[in-house]
Amino acid sequence: MADQIQAIQEQVFQARRNGQKLNIVGGGSKSFMGRQADSEAGILSMAEHTGVVEYHPVELVLTVRAGTSLKEIEAVLAEQGQCLHFEPPRFGEASTIGGTLACNLSGPARPWTGSVRDQVLGIRLLNGKGEHLRFGGQVMKNVAGYDVSRLQAGAMGTLGVMTEISLKVMPKPAATATLVQEMAVDEVVEYMNRRAGEPKPITGACWVDGKVYLRLAGAKSAVEATAEKWSGDVMAQGDAFWQKVQDMQHGFFADPEVPLWRFSLDATAKTPELDGPWMIDWIGSQRWYRGDASLSDLEPLARAAGGQVSLFRGGDRTADVMHSQPEALKAIQRRVKHSFDPDGIFNPGRLYSWL
Amino acid sequence: MNNQTRISKSQLAEQFRVFIDPDFVITDDETLKPYECDGLAMYREMPMLVVLPETVEQVQRVMRICHEQGVPVVARGAGTGLCAGAMPHKEGVVLSLAKFNRILNIDPVGRTARLQPGVRNLAISEEAAQYGLYYGPDPSSQIACTIGGNVAENSGGVHCLKYGLTVHNILSVEMITAEGDRVQVGSDGLDSCGMDLLALLTGSEGLLGVVTEVKVKLLPKPEVAQVIMAGFDSIEKAGDSVGGVISHGIIPGGLEMMDGHAIVAADDFCGAGYPRDAKALLLCEVDGTEEEVHEHIAEAEALFRKLGATSIRTSQSEDERALLWKGRKSAFPAVGRISPDYYCMDGTIPRRYLAKVLLEMEKMSEEFGLRVANVFHAGDGNLHPLILFDANTPGEFERTEEFGSKILELCVEVGGCITGEHGVGVEKIRQMAVQFNDEELQQFHDVKAAFDPTGILNPGKGVPTLKFCQEYRSIEHKQHKHGEADAAHG
Repeated sequence: MADQIQAIQEQVFQARRNGQKLNIVGGGSKSFMGRQADSEAGILSMAEHTGVVEYHPVELVLTVRAGTSLKEIEAVLAEQGQCLHFEPPRFGEASTIGGTLACNLSGPARPWTGSVRDQVLGIRLLNGKGEHLRFGGQVMKNVAGYDVSRLQAGAMGTLGVMTEISLKVMPKPAATATLVQEMAVDEVVEYMNRRAGEPKPITGACWVDGKVYLRLAGAKSAVEATAEKWSGDVMAQGDAFWQKVQDMQHGFFADPEVPLWRFSLDATAKTPELDGPWMIDWIGSQRWYRGDASLSDLEPLARAAGGQVSLFRGGDRTADVMHSQPEALKAIQRRVKHSFDPDGIFNPGRLYSWL
Repeated sequence: MNNQTRISKSQLAEQFRVFIDPDFVITDDETLKPYECDGLAMYREMPMLVVLPETVEQVQRVMRICHEQGVPVVARGAGTGLCAGAMPHKEGVVLSLAKFNRILNIDPVGRTARLQPGVRNLAISEEAAQYGLYYGPDPSSQIACTIGGNVAENSGGVHCLKYGLTVHNILSVEMITAEGDRVQVGSDGLDSCGMDLLALLTGSEGLLGVVTEVKVKLLPKPEVAQVIMAGFDSIEKAGDSVGGVISHGIIPGGLEMMDGHAIVAADDFCGAGYPRDAKALLLCEVDGTEEEVHEHIAEAEALFRKLGATSIRTSQSEDERALLWKGRKSAFPAVGRISPDYYCMDGTIPRRYLAKVLLEMEKMSEEFGLRVANVFHAGDGNLHPLILFDANTPGEFERTEEFGSKILELCVEVGGCITGEHGVGVEKIRQMAVQFNDEELQQFHDVKAAFDPTGILNPGKGVPTLKFCQEYRSIEHKQHKHGEADAAHG
């Protein structure tokens, strides 16, 4: 555990003086995401900037340096019976909390527990002028100033270097159970939504390979009573299934040659008709599709289903990989970027070709 | 603002009357009067004029004209805000969204509602109830406050610890930019590509855009809810019990604390049957399935007993639950009965400093010669000290403000913040300089400029000018000159 802030800040100052660009890298486990990194840019490594700064289990608040690995964080929380209940995917042991927030990655429980962005209480951020700023804090409710902390979610490091993150953490559920049954793709979305509309302790609803999986989690008596009441077989290795979905280790994700698309849609929307396999997670709000396609072909399908699409892994990463933005929002985002990083030092072109 | 000669009031009104029903372009003092303040009536300013458009296209045209002419725009919902965030600008337009009061759609299967911004918070849950659904955030003004205002303030309520704030419960907004463009931020999915502009807009107090539509998530109504009322003979024990329940793994739907003054006032007001000799009272509501509530209530009762509760009562019926909550929910009017006026503060602190902060507050109360009663969203550390004063006594409000600002500084000192849910507006703009340094405040100004390059949206609110901060930090509270610093002093 170490505080590397001075060295990091010096590197930013230097880059600014020399007109250099910087790619921010934590554990390097998400280099496949976003557009291809600028090969001319230097590397700003966060890997050594690690460690728990403060942890108060009674407050449900954890503050860590941004380079801290999810593995280390989860170990510290587990000692107190707590967890990152947004279930961030771990792409190996190197994945960091900073990268997780920058990419806004959350796992199967997300519709119920909220996303990583939802749990962020505050951050420290080095902007492109090398100023080390503090936004938000360590309390659950804080409306002083703009929510710059949550703005970072999905920005992929284009607005600055997050150096420290405060998060809300939660107790681990006392008990879990997974129900599985076969179901056709055109029935499952309605089914999952109906189940999610019942006041029961559900924290997972996923469909893959013709089967729907529902996870129950919470007080033991409530989990047991609901498992009894609802249809489906109780899985022996239920938790292992969800962990595979969380870490994208499930067989669905296996072939790295076929591009992986992520649709973020209206939970009740009909699944777009395309050749190739689908995984439907988050009650239908997050749908994974595998197949060769172009962003411009998929965007209208996503829009018709109330949402957006991005090329998550594989495919052409020199082109844009994120759903396109209307001109008015492009202009605003360019100016927001400029307000944080006037010289365009950080992660040039990583999020959008135009940013 | 720039120094160009501004368009006159009558010229502006004439332009608006071309496309807005002339009856709803208000220019006379008598009809303008109700708009001079929001829920924080100590801060007042008469607007130049008020418009009440009926369509989004009209809102766009209003924004375009104001942008061209450099006229300030203050968007307004129900005007229930508590930080003078909707206080008019004297050379500006109040853009009332009161006519946008329709629930556009409820999707009972997808559990969402599409709303115009003027829909009242409570109306959402009332309409959703037929499907067994409700909307999570429940600010105490929910009978009147609007969803548009909730987005502007990132409103909370008593259920935040478990169900989150506004930012956690909305999917998208449609917004008119300062330049008059109509954009959708967010989508019908749970997230959207790129930087999270939706989070940035939520709680931005009308400084970044005008919200014309909101899509919210709805939650299934819990099967059961039961509340435990526990009395304690010390604030410390009550505070420890809050931590005790949470670290035990129970996340209550609501967890509220009241101090001795608030207990007596509330009990006098509505006969809730509170333990009047207790120094602190906890209301701990557990909701969920029947089995879960049964299990957690038993565990929580045992915990409270172990941690020194002097009395415990658990609601056995919906009527009893409502009665126990009634005292808490009417705490503000109850306190209003024992004092001519009260001033509600809104700091948030890490819970472990609760006893320290309340003790310091008692000391300050003596120093300032003003009584203070405390109600507290204990689950999430959000304090609502109510300072009791008499506005008719010369100098007493000034002393009250001074006391309030000391409380907020104390909140920041222990690692908290100056406002948990009421917003900064005009009221707390001075304390922004305590919570943030100049570089951070400048970053806020730069973010604002990214959305509103000419600074017409709610100018003078939310973020203080740096010059003003330097003056405040030097503790020289003198008369200020023109511009934003002026507004900062109300």
